[in-house]
Amino acid sequence: MTMPIYASPEQFMRDRSEYARKGIARGRSVVVTTFSGGVLFVAENHSPTLHKVSEIYDRIGFAGVGRYNEFENLRTAGIRLADVRGFSYDRRDVTGRWLANAYAQTVGSIFSEHQKPFEVELCVAEVSGTGAGGVGAPVGADQLYRISFDGSIADERKFVVMGGATEPVISALTASFTLGWDLPTALGAAVSALGTAGEGAPRELLPTQLEVAVLDRTVAGRTFRRIQGATLSALLAVPNTPTVEEAEAAAAGVTPNPDAETPDSPVE
Amino acid sequence: MTGEAPASSWPVSAVPAAYMRPGNASFTEFLAAAEPHLLPGHGAGQAAAALPHATTIVALTCADGVVMAGDRRATMGNIIAQRDIEKVFIADSHSAIGIAGTAGFAVEMVRMFQLELEHYEKIEGVRLSLDGKANRLAAMIRGNLAMAMQGLAVVPLFAGLEDAAAFGADPAAAPGPGRIFSYDIAGGRYEEHDYYAVGSGSMFARSALKKRYEPGADLASTVRAAVEALYDAADDDSATGGPDLTRRIFPVVVAVTAGGAVRWTNEEVGAVSEAVVAGRLLKPGG
Repeated sequence: MTMPIYASPEQFMRDRSEYARKGIARGRSVVVTTFSGGVLFVAENHSPTLHKVSEIYDRIGFAGVGRYNEFENLRTAGIRLADVRGFSYDRRDVTGRWLANAYAQTVGSIFSEHQKPFEVELCVAEVSGTGAGGVGAPVGADQLYRISFDGSIADERKFVVMGGATEPVISALTASFTLGWDLPTALGAAVSALGTAGEGAPRELLPTQLEVAVLDRTVAGRTFRRIQGATLSALLAVPNTPTVEEAEAAAAGVTPNPDAETPDSPVE
Repeated sequence: MTGEAPASSWPVSAVPAAYMRPGNASFTEFLAAAEPHLLPGHGAGQAAAALPHATTIVALTCADGVVMAGDRRATMGNIIAQRDIEKVFIADSHSAIGIAGTAGFAVEMVRMFQLELEHYEKIEGVRLSLDGKANRLAAMIRGNLAMAMQGLAVVPLFAGLEDAAAFGADPAAAPGPGRIFSYDIAGGRYEEHDYYAVGSGSMFARSALKKRYEPGADLASTVRAAVEALYDAADDDSATGGPDLTRRIFPVVVAVTAGGAVRWTNEEVGAVSEAVVAGRLLKPGG
């Protein structure tokens, strides 16, 4: 009879952590931060179609790094969970804290019970409302939850950096972060922070290498919108463009028209 | 991973296994597999006659897109169950849905349909095509067939236009024309041209529209024709409510154009309704 090789539980968990950490470190990074108008997601992502950042619900967004199939699976599960909860209770009863807890428990149990841990890190962000005109019931700080491969969950105040070499990105953002900064400033800082990592750093990231989205605090209903194409280029090129609307207008060469868009149609 | 959670354990704190299973982007099919007790009409009995019924919905195409309007009355036998029920809804950014039939199920079906479209968009990252939306609605009605046979039928009317950015391809592409789809209780889907009406007063509304419909008319005159048709339906059908000038209850009007689906405010529809009533004071037949 062969004897199984003994490994202490500490060793066992260390091996798993190391395995997951290595898998995550191979990918590119994602920055999630708050700004005056809401929550900003910036991911270095060379694919225009395989997203790292997604809408989950009215005021909740999702970012994932690591193995695509694993965080995509969790993203789908999150959308289903949120939609079922919103359908059976009410849209206001779907909260970021609840979803982050569900993710943490799931990823945690996969870490300790499955053959292979998930090589993912997630961020669940919930944008607070302005309190004006019934836009977003809870007024207070935006919530950023970071969920690690082992199910540990942390509540961040300023920003979340996940993925590959995070240390230079974190130190760059720690230096530049100011509470309540506007969108172009936050976007510029996040993009240059992402450029401090990787080969040949510091790098200049092009709009086509970025996946950018915001949760817009001022909107009622679905707040998630992607910023891409000409709008993103305009925001990156014109550092003094104060709002998404003006950047879109600058990109389209027209004056902003508030009636052009219905509130529940995020710009694709 | 957590085991399969029994249906009664809702709400859950960790993600149940069914939520992590690969599947398609349909919310209805997911709900049927994972949480069947939340499906509309689950456990419904034989109380058909005693439930409120909603009535006339009209839809007309116009130069800019399509307009849908519905009266505000719900009836329960000979009783008016509700004076200000809403039966016309924005389904998503470029489509609208109106419902006639058992009000309770109909409203639930609309919620479900709105969520179906939103769920698909979130999971897939693009919106469904207009035909895709119309087909999903047909499948949902077919799922309700057993209850329809007990008298709990829901008959929707669906209208919209092809959203240029639906496939994320070319945002500059011209939007399609306004299109209208009607359904039968078995889930049959029929594309209607120019105009259509469903519900108990639909016969009168359609006759009115036959005379009033102008192809390629502008938005304002199309809304006027819709409100006139609802007035005619209310004139001859006791289950359809006319514009209520004393309580300021007016039809619900949703206009779907290239800019998106917009519900007209009560004041805007009120102004149109007052013009219609003023016209009928001179000429009751319209």
